[in-house]
Amino acid sequence: MEQFAPVKRSKDGQPVRYLVVDDSVFARKNLARMIETFGGQLAGEAGDGMTAITEYERTRPDIVLMDITMPQMEGIEAAEKIVQQHPEARIVMVSSVGYQENIVAALQRGARHFVQKPVKPEVLYEVIKYVLGEEGSVANAAGAGV
Amino acid sequence: MKMELIQPFINAADAVLAQGLKAPTSIENLSMDEEAYRRKGVAAVIWVSGDIEGHIMFDMMPQTAVRLASLLSGMELPETDTMIWEAVCELANQVIGNAVTSLNDQGFQFRVHPPAVHTSEHGAMGTEDIETLVIAFNTTVGTVYMNIALRYCQKNQAAVGL
Repeated sequence: MEQFAPVKRSKDGQPVRYLVVDDSVFARKNLARMIETFGGQLAGEAGDGMTAITEYERTRPDIVLMDITMPQMEGIEAAEKIVQQHPEARIVMVSSVGYQENIVAALQRGARHFVQKPVKPEVLYEVIKYVLGEEGSVANAAGAGV
Repeated sequence: MKMELIQPFINAADAVLAQGLKAPTSIENLSMDEEAYRRKGVAAVIWVSGDIEGHIMFDMMPQTAVRLASLLSGMELPETDTMIWEAVCELANQVIGNAVTSLNDQGFQFRVHPPAVHTSEHGAMGTEDIETLVIAFNTTVGTVYMNIALRYCQKNQAAVGL
């Protein structure tokens, strides 16, 4: 898999921490591999919206990658509940169902961005940088933030 | 079954398989299934409800599933690995999600249910109002079968002008 210039947290230069939420173990593993190529760290995983909320509280990640169609509680509802408690939460919806109503509903309820599956690593990488904004910095070859 | 309903699934399967396998695919065969569908090997099914309802099944020989899952995950997986079933479910999820996105843009309202492993030897038989179409995709890892059994939901047809 392609390697990317590592994206670090601006405040302390540490790897960006991710919570990956998807009912598919396969999808979670694939996203975890991508995160590794971005220089990030997997803070936690969840297979449904309910677990995502408790895992968010436990791990306090920098970024949440959240699927939409899941059992028990769907991703948009989970995103809304997380953002209600933590307005600073950065949630990126990652779903194969990418029609406009879904995207609008997700953004209105607190998600910061939307990426359609199958995920292209280069697309997700750009979205991560955009969503982190000044809170993230891309390390150069020597490892310093730029 | 109208082609306007089938085409988004064909396009989505072609695009998702081609991206995942990094190679083009082609349609090997397309047929109406008049008898109960006999499962080939590793299969995942997704149900949809709304203006159109029914199910779509992805099915392939075990060796094809192993090759597909290994390629998609970037590592060699043994035939017994549960990730192989997971990979086929996720493939189905991505294809159906992309097709539904396209159909939603045409005005159809859907709910997609999470994928499930299909272990029964047979699938549902086509009925008078639900025809079953089987499309065989020729890929670099083997043949991938997509079994589509959908019908327009009568109570919603008027709303979308059918």
